Amino acid sequence: MKWILQFFTSSIGQKIIMSLTGLFLILFLTVHLIGNISLLFQDGGASFNAYTEFMGHNPVIQTVSKGNFLFIFLHAIQGILLYFKNKSAKGSKYAVSPKNNVSWASKNMALLGTLILAFILMHLGHFWLRFKFFSDMPSIAYDGVEILNAYESVSIIFSNPIWVICYLIGLVALSFHLWHGFASAFQTLGINHKKYTPILKGLGYGYATLIPLGFAIIPLYMYFTN
Amino acid sequence: MKLTLKIWREGGVYANGKLETYQVEASEHMSFLEMLDVLNQQLIEEKKDPVAFDHDCREGICGSCSMVIDGRPHGPQTGTTTCQLHMRHYKNGDTIVVEPYRAKAFPVIKDLVVDRSAFDRVIQSGGYISVNTGQAPDGNAIPIEGDTAAKSFDAATCIGCGACVAACPNGSAMLFTSAKVSHLGLLPQGKVEHERRSQKMVAQMDKEGFGMCSNVGACEAECPKEISLENIARMNRSYIGSVFSSE
Repeated sequence: MKWILQFFTSSIGQKIIMSLTGLFLILFLTVHLIGNISLLFQDGGASFNAYTEFMGHNPVIQTVSKGNFLFIFLHAIQGILLYFKNKSAKGSKYAVSPKNNVSWASKNMALLGTLILAFILMHLGHFWLRFKFFSDMPSIAYDGVEILNAYESVSIIFSNPIWVICYLIGLVALSFHLWHGFASAFQTLGINHKKYTPILKGLGYGYATLIPLGFAIIPLYMYFTN
Repeated sequence: MKLTLKIWREGGVYANGKLETYQVEASEHMSFLEMLDVLNQQLIEEKKDPVAFDHDCREGICGSCSMVIDGRPHGPQTGTTTCQLHMRHYKNGDTIVVEPYRAKAFPVIKDLVVDRSAFDRVIQSGGYISVNTGQAPDGNAIPIEGDTAAKSFDAATCIGCGACVAACPNGSAMLFTSAKVSHLGLLPQGKVEHERRSQKMVAQMDKEGFGMCSNVGACEAECPKEISLENIARMNRSYIGSVFSSE
């Protein structure tokens, strides 16, 4: 078993952890956005409440959600470790900062990641924590069945312009993080090919633009239609 | 042309290292190193300590010259070593900042000279083919597909100068190590030990204290031999494959 430990503590192994957890989180973002689109339906929150009820009580979803927390944690911890190891490996800085055509995002993944982590904590505090542990959350009855009125909680948060701005900042950070992270995850796994790498890069740029944009529409729409 | 040089001096009287300013008169036909020779001649005549810098072939093939010029290893010309950078790219009155490579695995010995022996140890750990030497084999005895031979040759053009490490914000040596792994591993003679080689060289690279690749691509942009990031992906593949398939 020593080899497993050796692999995951080697430079490439540690990057593989970043890559695989990152790819899982990319998948999670897609599912999360698809579900959240129901916030835009003009039905007083009925479809969004049905969706949160399903997500909150489905055992498969609940198991995957625990994995998701674990992967966010692993990605963050490993990212922090890499940042400090790399900083110490570089040692001192140059007097003149290099002007070359490398993307700003690629050199600031740790900063962007920290912003995203702060965003996640705020986001969990807004919804997940309250839904799970607060007993006095608003509820709503559909066909005589009382369920959590998650839609109302969301619209309360998104009626405050400060929170809307915080969400938008988090999404901009996410966009830049994905701008580099998407294609980079494949390169780390050793997937670099004359035919496929340009496609993966294009997909990554598209994903980094469209997914955060999709998320950003929700608070903006809810703020301006409330 | 008259130039102002700000050169990093370290060692001797400059214990902690600092940027020192010099004026030099250079001709546009000089190479960057010849311009530094003129400066050193001047310093020697003034009974001052000349600037130490590494150089050997001055033809762009040995990988000895190793300075960072205005924040870029080997200077502003892409695909060029410092010795092949000519002063015609500068104009009268320019100020040029010259620093040594910065990476923990490349400690400064003096001024612009850094200790790059970590690279030698990475090579010693696996950058070879263990076959008995004998008669040189016939040129076409082993058929090798043209594209493969070209890729291997492209990787083999790495001169081991360390510009990749100097350019990397993480001080990572992945481009160098992967060029060596690819150069040997793509050819039938080297393929036999390819996976074992990846494991050994990566282990040594980590031991030397180089940072971890975060796919920034600054190495590829600054490499005087334009070694491709494709080599890093190849090394990752063989490393992952060998760790999980070897017994």
